[in-house]
Amino acid sequence: MNVDHFKPLTFYTIYIASTPEKVWQALTSAEFSRKYLFRKCGRDRSEGRRRVTPDGALHINGEVAECVPYRKLAFTFNVNWPELVEKLGPTLVTYEIEKAGDTVRLHHERIT
Amino acid sequence: MSNSTFVYVTYIKTTPERLWSALTDRDFTRQYWLGAHCESDWKPGSSWKLSFEDGRVADSGEIVEADPPRRLAIKWRNQWSPELNAEGYSLCTFEIETVPGDNSDAVKLSVIHSIDRPESAFIKAVSGGWPRILSNLKSLLETGSVVLPKKA
Repeated sequence: MNVDHFKPLTFYTIYIASTPEKVWQALTSAEFSRKYLFRKCGRDRSEGRRRVTPDGALHINGEVAECVPYRKLAFTFNVNWPELVEKLGPTLVTYEIEKAGDTVRLHHERIT
Repeated sequence: MSNSTFVYVTYIKTTPERLWSALTDRDFTRQYWLGAHCESDWKPGSSWKLSFEDGRVADSGEIVEADPPRRLAIKWRNQWSPELNAEGYSLCTFEIETVPGDNSDAVKLSVIHSIDRPESAFIKAVSGGWPRILSNLKSLLETGSVVLPKKA
């Protein structure tokens, strides 16, 4: 997939006391991600209760654009709320994992 | 003319009072601020400074707003780099909010640091520093230890 036409919109960097392997697993394991994705933060947002649905209905989907285990993961990110994909167009999310001493730097870009 | 802004939001498992104290207590700031520490009496109009351990002043300015434990705004100017100092004063705002909802014990911290000029080198510099400092602050409050040690 050619992702050159996407332009960076937001960046977020956090340092985590962990290893690249554990962070990678946390990002990519369905079981583990269920523990942190939208459980609390999603609840009180004014835009409503749109979060990953427990019944397994499709909420956000996309296609993996780049996958370098323990280092980098990029995927398109289409939010399946009514008319939102049409409004926003496709967006791209990139995670970069770097070792920083004994910690891990997780860099997250949302690109549109 | 547009300005330059850095925004960082993080959720921390703590109380607004503990977070306020973590931001304003000199000895506590020393634990997570990568070898520097903040000093002020935290009243509007009071002076504020961020010093390295050897006493050199890294940044200095003035408290613009202090509403414990909710909101703090600091007029902030770099003092160690002539290039960054020449950009003048920036404004750094800390907002502390409780997270509504049942059994929530998290606090939302927003740091907004901006300067009234486009493509600011100062804002670029703090954009690298804030994620380190705030990751340290979050880990320190939640686990009792920082993730990144002091600068060598």
